[in-house]
Amino acid sequence: MDLQIALLLGQDGIVNGAVYALLALALVLVFAVTRVIFIPQGEFVAFGALTLASFQAGKTPGTLWLLIGMGVAVAAIDSFSAWQSRRPRRILQVVGWNLAYPLLVGAAIRYGAPQEWPLALQVLFAMAVVVPLGPMIYRLAYQPLAEASVLVLLIVSVAIHMALVGLGLLFFGAEGSRTTPFSDASFQLGDLMVNGQSLWVVAASAALIVVLYVFFERTLYGKALRATAINRTGARLMGISTTMAGKLSFLLAVGIGALSGILIAPITTVYYDTGFLIGLKGFVGAIVGGMASYPVAAAGAVLVGLLESFSSFWASAFKEVIVFTMIIPVLVWRSLTTHHVEEDE
Amino acid sequence: MEQPILDVSDLCVSYGKVEALHHVSIKVCPGQIVTVIGPNGAGKTTLLGAVMGLLPHTRGRVEFLGTAQRDIEVERMVAAGAGLVPEKRELFGEMSVEDNLLLGAFMRRRMGFRDERETMEQVYATFPRLGERRGQRASTLSGGERQMLAVGRALMGKPKLLLLDEPSLGLAPLIVREIFHIVAALKKTGVAVLLVEQNARAALQIADYGYVLETGEIALEGPSDDLEDDPRVIESYLGLGGKH
Repeated sequence: MDLQIALLLGQDGIVNGAVYALLALALVLVFAVTRVIFIPQGEFVAFGALTLASFQAGKTPGTLWLLIGMGVAVAAIDSFSAWQSRRPRRILQVVGWNLAYPLLVGAAIRYGAPQEWPLALQVLFAMAVVVPLGPMIYRLAYQPLAEASVLVLLIVSVAIHMALVGLGLLFFGAEGSRTTPFSDASFQLGDLMVNGQSLWVVAASAALIVVLYVFFERTLYGKALRATAINRTGARLMGISTTMAGKLSFLLAVGIGALSGILIAPITTVYYDTGFLIGLKGFVGAIVGGMASYPVAAAGAVLVGLLESFSSFWASAFKEVIVFTMIIPVLVWRSLTTHHVEEDE
Repeated sequence: MEQPILDVSDLCVSYGKVEALHHVSIKVCPGQIVTVIGPNGAGKTTLLGAVMGLLPHTRGRVEFLGTAQRDIEVERMVAAGAGLVPEKRELFGEMSVEDNLLLGAFMRRRMGFRDERETMEQVYATFPRLGERRGQRASTLSGGERQMLAVGRALMGKPKLLLLDEPSLGLAPLIVREIFHIVAALKKTGVAVLLVEQNARAALQIADYGYVLETGEIALEGPSDDLEDDPRVIESYLGLGGKH
């Protein structure tokens, strides 16, 4: 292997690692706040990418129907309970977000010819369709089980993952799609050819990490999420509801997932089930961080990206095996260095 | 009599088949310090948990500020002006003292108030030690400082009713005195206090009215001066010598 190949593999590894890092952060966030191991994370990577691809192909993405369908379900359940506790203003709010919003987005897509929209607007609408699915899934699947054990929540996650993969096949078919790159520029950096989209991925990931850092360190709602992760009872006593924190963390996680998908769609062909493997690699990163440390999880995920890219050169048939085998020494090391913490505080 | 700020009547709470509270009725009036004393396991913490909505109750009603709370929710109690300082403090250990206090004003911020800096300065004036340690992580504080932070955090929500669960637990006598002194001073600012304590002597000294809770039932109640002189209270909770 000469230097040029090494640089190329390194670039590839960092680009993929940046996406894994985003997903790892989202997984750590969701786990810390809700104790949910968010396996369906990867499906939203695929949904984000394929929704954008549908726009560009001039089709109405199936995710829109999912958004409207889940919106109807959430609106029905939540207005019923708001009606029972006699809170008319809450009904208005529930209907507005879960019924009116999806229909408005749907109308804009159906009658607005998204194929001709500028890329930025297409991206915005792809996010607008996919991201609200996060809080809706939290409301429908996890909120009734908020007090359940980590294992039960994990089983629910597996079920949702299965359901969403199936829906992905139904919505987008078995063929993969690519989207138009954000920029066609490419640069010569010494011996290395850097393409514009790779730079986009790395820059957007870095920017998003900074935004997340500022959100958690500086804003009230960011601090409220951290507080819920640290001490749920304490947070509830401050009026930070577990439901609000859960929905907010799912919103962020799905947002990160969908955006990751949109970022990689121009450089890899995304299929309906591509997300799962990408999500799992983010998960390996999150495991390196013990599902608790954000910086270690991000660093672990970049390491996964590099390991994957170099092993695809030396032993391409075994690249997934090598990446996932990395979990074993990490787990051994973690179980030797950390003392066991009881699940229920 | 004035309209009570908190009116709990006939409250029953069960853990599975075990009934922890049995037809408990208590009242707290504005500007009053009311204490609930009793031995370990009498249901004192359960009472506060049920009033605050942390635990469901099987029967009875809780009226806060004149409105009956059906299916009490913690968030709604906080929004209405109740603040609980739990027995375990439940601080945000990895966050700074200042962030802990800031989160105490979370509900007020959500409701559109923007006075948390002002309130924070008042809390620092009440607990100068917290002001000195504002940048420090809550987990590095001493026991007394943690209790001060827990009380300060509850005060950040500008509660109309402060519920204190065993504030003296595990603290040195000098700190206990300081905390009780501050609780007594709160009364002058118009905050009503429901104080649950094992340290009956200290509690009755600052309280206006007291209840004795034994095995989930109110065994005795009365103005705290009367309770301090009651032979049963003296024997069981104050020890020899009573208050003199």
